[in-house]
Amino acid sequence: MQSDIKRLSLILLFAPFALWILLLIILPHLGMVVLSLREKVAPRVYEFGFGNYIDFINEPIYWNTLLRTGSMSILVTILALLIGFPIAYYIAKIAGRRSRGALFLLCLIPLWVSDLIRAFGWILLLRETGVFSSFLQWSGMVSEPIEFLYNDVTVVMGLVYTVILFMIVPLVSTLDGMDDAMIEAGYNLGGNGYTVLRRIIVPYAMPGIVSGCIVVFMMTAGSYLTPILLGGKNSSWFTEQIYDQFITRFNWESGAAFGFLLLAFTSFVVWLGLKLSGQTLANTVAKS
Amino acid sequence: MTNAQDYDLECTNLMKHFGAVRAVDDVSFNIPKGSFFSILGPSGCGKTTLMRMIAGFENPTSGDIRIKGSSVLNTPPNKRNVKMVFQHLALFPMMNVYDNIAYGLKCNGVSAGEIETKVRDVLERIALPDVAKREIHQLSGGQKQRIAIARCMVLDPDVLLLDEPLGALDLKLREAMKIELKLLQHQFNTTFIYITHDQSEALVMSDHVAIMNNGKFEQIGKPEELYHKPDTAFVAGFVGDSNRWNGSVINMDAKQIKVETDTGLALVCQRNPNDGLSNGDAVNIFVRPEFIAAKKTKTKSSKDTQNTMSGAVDSILFNGANSRVLVRSDNGQLIEADIVVTGSASDLRSGDNVNMSWAHAQTMCFADKGEFDAK
Repeated sequence: MQSDIKRLSLILLFAPFALWILLLIILPHLGMVVLSLREKVAPRVYEFGFGNYIDFINEPIYWNTLLRTGSMSILVTILALLIGFPIAYYIAKIAGRRSRGALFLLCLIPLWVSDLIRAFGWILLLRETGVFSSFLQWSGMVSEPIEFLYNDVTVVMGLVYTVILFMIVPLVSTLDGMDDAMIEAGYNLGGNGYTVLRRIIVPYAMPGIVSGCIVVFMMTAGSYLTPILLGGKNSSWFTEQIYDQFITRFNWESGAAFGFLLLAFTSFVVWLGLKLSGQTLANTVAKS
Repeated sequence: MTNAQDYDLECTNLMKHFGAVRAVDDVSFNIPKGSFFSILGPSGCGKTTLMRMIAGFENPTSGDIRIKGSSVLNTPPNKRNVKMVFQHLALFPMMNVYDNIAYGLKCNGVSAGEIETKVRDVLERIALPDVAKREIHQLSGGQKQRIAIARCMVLDPDVLLLDEPLGALDLKLREAMKIELKLLQHQFNTTFIYITHDQSEALVMSDHVAIMNNGKFEQIGKPEELYHKPDTAFVAGFVGDSNRWNGSVINMDAKQIKVETDTGLALVCQRNPNDGLSNGDAVNIFVRPEFIAAKKTKTKSSKDTQNTMSGAVDSILFNGANSRVLVRSDNGQLIEADIVVTGSASDLRSGDNVNMSWAHAQTMCFADKGEFDAK
């Protein structure tokens, strides 16, 4: 009787999650795979084949875009980590108990505004007739308007700005769980600031670093709005290719193949990153 | 007399203020080479601040700390040869036992071969030769304790600080670790400074104990001195159990003081030569339970060197060899006395009328500084 109730409550708790995974993640992806394996031989006539994938390999612009998206996403992830770690460390370890909450809240505030509006905010600042350009002209440093938008630096900066919070949150929560005595022990046993950071703080924060990096990398590689709005049509982000295939060229089969390739590629990069850093999902993400 | 080389640690007029709070207030002490020194005090008395100053995590407001004769005030914590065992040990969970112990040696730039030898050696000495490859979470509480000590001792420190490291252990293990710590200290022959609020830890292990209260040292001495010849009412009340009365001085001579308690009982106390008391002063009177003999009323034998009191047994607190009796005295106060419970018919029973007596020499009397008013 008791165990029946337990089982029922488990099923009830588990059901929404299972439905979500099944209906919104697994089924659509299976559909994508099926779709991507259809070749269009004539209008409304399809047959099974790897044609869409072969097209991808034969056209350098496609896989160049994918590699470019991957490498820029890695750059964004590294920058977000380098900028986010000191912020997280300050919030978790240095700030007083009262200011900690306020600082954390300050980090969250940008999330209250949608991605789109934030991207338009950047556009207002950076476009040719925008605030920065006007200011530089007014101060006499430059004589002509400068276009800050539509280059890679702007895209990377915009992406770092959008995703850095997802780096800070897991870092703060792992660093928060670290006993201050451990850092003091690191110094007490003869370590200098660098040794303590490298041998104690970073290894301890590794679960947070790994999960932050995975989330940030996945979000960046899959982002669409920021690269398009800040990088323009020539930002060559892979999601833009997918959009083109689905919407502009109405080639769903090819779009599905690209979508699947993006998933496979980002998963591969994450796997490679875990291998290279000697971490596993089980003892990092599962722990953070 | 004060040859600097005889002392591993000297603190002179050490002060630490946090705003208006004097966490450590004019503390001076010297610790001889190779001794086990405890700082005993209630929580919030400033003992942790004192220890953190010695380790270098806090800077004293004024005063000096010297290790092996040279001042360390301007030495950062990682350059001081003072190692610390933290309250929760602070072992590094992401490293195994070997790496935990090797960490300090690596920081000092010791060669890999030498690290290997030293780590093996120290693991032998703490009698855990086979745990080098284990992860920290695979160790028992007592083993973690020993690894935390080994991690410090492998660096051959001048002074080892221990900040209540037994607090997290269960009672049985704590008793065992007390003895083990004492043995380890003998074995390494390093000066240990042990901070605790648990008097039995301090009394059992230490060569010398300092009693700390409100940022000041009340008394420094051997454990038995603190127990039998406390200098202040605080020490008498804090170290060991005692019965306490408040009273005032009736009259006194060089050796003895006659006092009357607030409940109207006349007692004769041993005089402490430097107590600075005069007639009419408020005093605290302490008597240890083991010096009170509680006997059934018929066996009346009161000598004139003894204080006496009569009452009825309220309850027996049976605890094997440490059994006590709670006696409700005729004026309504509860008094504790040690008794031997043999299990025979002659044992005291609840409700028995008893006479209690104890020697004048075992009655301690101190000026009342109001420390016990709130309790």
